[in-house]
Amino acid sequence: MSHTTTLPDTDTAPLIRPKTSRDDKIKAVFMAVIGLYLVITLALPLYAMLSKSFSTYSFDLSNFEFQVYKIDSWSEPVTALSLNQKLNVVTPAELSTSSDGRLGVTAFFPDFSFRSITRYKIRQINLDSSFLVGSERIADTEWHEFSSNDFRRVVLRPSSSTGLDNYKIYFSTPSLFKSIENSLFIAFVVMIITVSMAFGFAYALNRSTMRFKGVFRLIAMAPILVPSLLPGIALVYLFGNQGMIKGLLMGQSIYGPIGIIIGSIFFTFPHALIIISTALSISDGRLYEAAISLRASRWKTFWTVTIPAARYGLFSAAFVVFNLVITDFGLPKVIGGQYNMLAVDIYKQVIGQQNFEMGAVVSVVLLLPAMFAFSIDRYVQKKQVAQLSAQSVPYEPKPHKRFDLICLFYSLLVAVFIMGLIGVCQYAALIKFWPYDLSLGLSNYNFEVMDGGGWGSYFNSIKLAFFTAIAGTLMVFIGAYMVEKTNGLTTARSAFQFLAMMPMAVPGMVLGLAYIFFFNNPANPLNSIYATMGILVICTVTHFYTVSHLTAVTALKQMDREFESVASSLKQPFYKLLFKVTFPVCLPATLDISIYLFVNAMTTVSAVIFLYSPDTTLASIAVLNMDDAGDVAPAAAMGMMIFYTNVAARLIHIFITRKLMIKTQAWRVR
Amino acid sequence: MNEPSPSHSQDATVFLQIDNLTKKFGTFTALDKVSLDVYQGELICFLGPSGCGKTTFLRAIAGLDIQTSGTVIQAGEDISALPPSERDFGIVFQSYALFPNLTVEKNISFGLENEKTSRSDINHRVQELLEMVGLSDQGKKFPTQLSGGQQQRIALARALATSPGLLLLDEPLSALDAKVRGYLRHEMKALQRSLGVTTVMVTHDQEEALTMADRIVVMNDGVIEQVGTPTEIYREPGTLFVADFIGAMNQINGRTTGSNQVVVGETTFTTQKHDLEANIPVVVAIRPEDIVPVEEGESSPEDNILDMTVEDMEFLGSFWRVSMSNPLLGKALLNADMSVNAIQRLHIDIRTTITVELPVDRLCVFLAENE
Amino acid sequence: MFKKSFMKTAAVGCIAAVSMIGMSQSTLAATDLVVYSAIEAEDLARYAKTFNEDHPDINIKWVRDSTGIVTAKLLAEKDNPQADVVWGLAATSLLLLKSEGLLDPYKPKGVEALDKKFVDKGDVPSWVGMDAWVASICYNTVEAAKNNLTPPKTWKDLLKPEYKGHLIMPNPNSSGTGFLDVSSWLQIYGEDGGWEFMDGLHENISRYTHSGSKPCKLAAAGEIPIGISFAFRGAKSKAKGAPLEIIVPEEGVGWDMEATAIIAGTDKLKAAQTLVDWSITKKANEMYNIGYAVVAYPGVAKPVKFFPENLLDKMIDNDFEFAANNRKRILSTWQERYDSKSDPKKK
Ligand SMILES: Nc1ncnc2c1ncn2[C@@H]1O[C@H](COP(=O)(O)OP(=O)(O)O)[C@@H](O)[C@H]1O
Ligand SMILES: [Mg+2]
Repeated sequence: MSHTTTLPDTDTAPLIRPKTSRDDKIKAVFMAVIGLYLVITLALPLYAMLSKSFSTYSFDLSNFEFQVYKIDSWSEPVTALSLNQKLNVVTPAELSTSSDGRLGVTAFFPDFSFRSITRYKIRQINLDSSFLVGSERIADTEWHEFSSNDFRRVVLRPSSSTGLDNYKIYFSTPSLFKSIENSLFIAFVVMIITVSMAFGFAYALNRSTMRFKGVFRLIAMAPILVPSLLPGIALVYLFGNQGMIKGLLMGQSIYGPIGIIIGSIFFTFPHALIIISTALSISDGRLYEAAISLRASRWKTFWTVTIPAARYGLFSAAFVVFNLVITDFGLPKVIGGQYNMLAVDIYKQVIGQQNFEMGAVVSVVLLLPAMFAFSIDRYVQKKQVAQLSAQSVPYEPKPHKRFDLICLFYSLLVAVFIMGLIGVCQYAALIKFWPYDLSLGLSNYNFEVMDGGGWGSYFNSIKLAFFTAIAGTLMVFIGAYMVEKTNGLTTARSAFQFLAMMPMAVPGMVLGLAYIFFFNNPANPLNSIYATMGILVICTVTHFYTVSHLTAVTALKQMDREFESVASSLKQPFYKLLFKVTFPVCLPATLDISIYLFVNAMTTVSAVIFLYSPDTTLASIAVLNMDDAGDVAPAAAMGMMIFYTNVAARLIHIFITRKLMIKTQAWRVR
Repeated sequence: MNEPSPSHSQDATVFLQIDNLTKKFGTFTALDKVSLDVYQGELICFLGPSGCGKTTFLRAIAGLDIQTSGTVIQAGEDISALPPSERDFGIVFQSYALFPNLTVEKNISFGLENEKTSRSDINHRVQELLEMVGLSDQGKKFPTQLSGGQQQRIALARALATSPGLLLLDEPLSALDAKVRGYLRHEMKALQRSLGVTTVMVTHDQEEALTMADRIVVMNDGVIEQVGTPTEIYREPGTLFVADFIGAMNQINGRTTGSNQVVVGETTFTTQKHDLEANIPVVVAIRPEDIVPVEEGESSPEDNILDMTVEDMEFLGSFWRVSMSNPLLGKALLNADMSVNAIQRLHIDIRTTITVELPVDRLCVFLAENE
Repeated sequence: MFKKSFMKTAAVGCIAAVSMIGMSQSTLAATDLVVYSAIEAEDLARYAKTFNEDHPDINIKWVRDSTGIVTAKLLAEKDNPQADVVWGLAATSLLLLKSEGLLDPYKPKGVEALDKKFVDKGDVPSWVGMDAWVASICYNTVEAAKNNLTPPKTWKDLLKPEYKGHLIMPNPNSSGTGFLDVSSWLQIYGEDGGWEFMDGLHENISRYTHSGSKPCKLAAAGEIPIGISFAFRGAKSKAKGAPLEIIVPEEGVGWDMEATAIIAGTDKLKAAQTLVDWSITKKANEMYNIGYAVVAYPGVAKPVKFFPENLLDKMIDNDFEFAANNRKRILSTWQERYDSKSDPKKK
């Protein structure tokens, strides 16, 4: 014990302040840069949107003064406010308005007649608001004199302030807040149906020995490759008034909840399937052996073993589906008819009525359920990861003739549903003029004469997808690396992690609108990227950041934690390690991220709908706009172009992955 | 064992001087004011149960997780606050952390590559290192194509490639099966001795520590219990913890009576000098192999002779472990290790009675813990 | 420093030389003019080409979208305008932009020649009209026959129970055409009468579409027998072979015009004025006449194929100021009355 000298407890040794290494400095800089990127492209725009939702417009009656010429002299100036106090012609509710609000002035003069010879004067006291004569804007503080006939053309314009008025208006307008109920209802119904359907499919894939599993798996993934509004177009051809099999609906209209629900099931199916299939494939085979040895019936085993083991997967899938549906814009836009949903409301407010403030309010309203579903999903996923790490033996299904047949039949049904919708779109795209000229041809591919930007928009989409895949993958990977492999900086890292998770909770419509508010502000030094391909790339990367980030982090977590320690003990900079080891080893995950970004950039509609410019029209938006203009067949044609492009991209992805695997992943072969 | 070791010579220089090292994780103190001198060229082992802070200590020395307070001086330079890249050490982890996508050669040359060194010099050095660890013909393979033992040696070669002044090993052998482990212990020790590189090795395996180390640092709960050569640690455990942790040890509760006497049950043992006041609760400890059967006709010493009844016998291959009792000692059982010869010669069997001696100089006394 | 700028000059020189050789016709520096428009997509290239015949030095960069989106864009970009000129946007939208001070008043050369209806009333006009864009009913004869419908003659006819579920019209909250219909009914029948009419109409409407051309396209495709839309769209679909009849209700039809204006603050004022000057020429109006039966330049219009002939007489005396200044109020009333019923109509 000669070396351990116990010092008195009062002695507190000076704390060591570790010297930061060059590597750590570089890493911190990189993390700060990408963190800053997320702040600028996510946090600040959202903040701009939030403050927009509090920016209100109201008529400031105290700011307008009138004089009336009666008999032979001008009356004393009197404000609109005091006139209204006497007459009560404008209610307080009418005073709060939106940016394009207008208020006639003749109401303040009960004896007004445009035929009378009475003359009027009006002025505003300070420069906060303005008034119009017809459409002529007057914003000075001079007195202006009008004849009765002109005075009736005078309308007051509102002045701006901040407050909760927009929210008050929102929640007192039934046509607006009804959408909350509608959105929740649709999301809930789709959640139940999709999760049940996907569970059955995943069950057949994992627990039966039916044939063609590979084909079924491929088909089930197909909806990921098309914009969410494509099934809507297919449904019009199937169940519209000229629909091929509209009889099946028994007089119900496809335009509305039915259409939204069927289409939503289509596009959310693969997302739910991936999650549930993973959950089923990791559950422990030993439990089944135990159940069999206990002579438990298949049915009982299902409820006591299968369901509990997959429950986290089911929950997670449910919330993911919920989130996808409630934030989706394309599908309800195409097939929703009069059925209002939140995401479409944002569009209607902004594009239809130019009421940006109300658009911001609806965005905030939509943000809440999306965030809620997202946080529950994160919570559940954490639990599942814990479950995953337990040692388990994979389950090996055994042949069972009747069960396998049922599974095959069911899977076939789902496959027909999915391929059917896609097939109908392709068919529709080739028909010359449904339903009057059924001959086939390529005239619907002549996009140049349609809305939406023609073939240019298709190539723009490919450009966007390409840039997004490259820039996004780089950024995501570097960001994940820094957050995963940096020592210390705990606070900064958890802040970064939070920022990286946030995009998933932000609906695309909300993000796009927030970008308008933030980037289209001339005071913003980044204003120059507005209306360029750049902003579309940035928006898309940010929109799909979370899943990419999680993929990268998972891949990085599988790397030995001590690689960095080894490299620094060998005095080699971290970037040498990154380029020589980390990146090559993570290459498969990196390729996965890039194809994910590519496919999503091809299909996304919601975020970019507010941001594209004539030079940067996109294929997915073209689908929407062509459908909107009634050119449904060309819309289907363009949608199918997106589909084939994504199929091709996937094939190339598989090819490259194979090639690179052989070249760089030789070490994986034992 | 490894005596005489180089570190025991009085004039050995101190290579690593650790003073009052404390490491806290939040409110939890993982290392509490530990101080230690490591001599030039020795192999020193941190030994202790899992979670006692060995790795934490090693990582503090490496600068991978810098201590909360306290100083580390390596070769005369205060490196307390330096990042790992500015220190001089090579490290081997339990997982080896070999780069999976690089060949064995590329793994080893990873640390050698810089502007100053030519490609041929690097290749030469890599070959030298491969020969050194006996894997000259494996250079083109990927780590996953090697056995665990081979991987371990590659990790060692990589750590030694830059000829660091200090080699740090964190449980380098614990991922291997027993046979390979035994072989590699020997190999590593030989290599370390021939290179003369100062080495700190972490292990929870006492056998590994005892066979390989020049000196052992026994740790428990974030503090150092004892530092000494394997023989010292084994034969003269400084604390009850050390006595208990290393090897087998009979422990009997008693109370002191004199400066070298302890009352146990109804008998009194003469022990090593303990200089404790009288009537203090203590534990008397003796290793099973130190209990000597007294053969008939042998001239027996006066002290610590007991007649014991054999309760149980367990054959452990090269010897028997005999459990014995004596009413004078209360319920306590004494274990003694006896050679197969002795068992036969003395006709020892269950229920027979034998006379044993507890040699005075082998009887250690420790303060009882729960006082 | 010197070297760099020398290189630059040399490079510019080279490019200039090359382009001189390459395009002997074009003048040296072409001005890029960003033009926002809601003109039908298929007409854009033709308009630009005809314009360039006279002014090859001005290069039009189109930003084309539906009326609502272009208006929204312009308003959103209020503090940082991206457009130089608006060519082909609804006058109602331009009035809105004018009242925000977004337009640069300019009196184009030869404006006196235009029909007064087509020129902004300001001392210096803020916008000038191009052509009129007239509401009509697209009536699919095949589908109507299937459902035993008789062709409506008046707006009021549409209230008959036989049309229940067979009508479709644009939502005025998202479509300029929709708003044009609503504001015309309010002008034809007066405020109270107008709302009363729409109450009845609402009972027969199958659904409201987002865009103004869609009802006619849907009628053309047989998705619905009757679509309230505008004549131009109907004529186009008819030309493509759709079994359509374009009905102009006897009470009169609402209309809006496509108009041209300069965005205040443009740094290419010269080129912008050149374009606006050209946009009201006889030649331009003849160009508009290919698609539109009613154009701003009197005497130019020749009948357009498939267009109903009595269109000009049926156009109401539209009060754009009324429409613009009451737009907000009308739309919220409309939304309150008809948009809160979210359940789709059953057939
Ligand atoms: N990064 C850390 N954060 C919190 N506690 C830690 C951390 N690293 C180690 N510990 C704790 O410190 C104690 C010592 O750990 P360690 O040095 O790894 O033990 P061992 O002796 O097994 O190598 C353990 O209780 C461990 O839980
Ligand atoms: Mg350890």
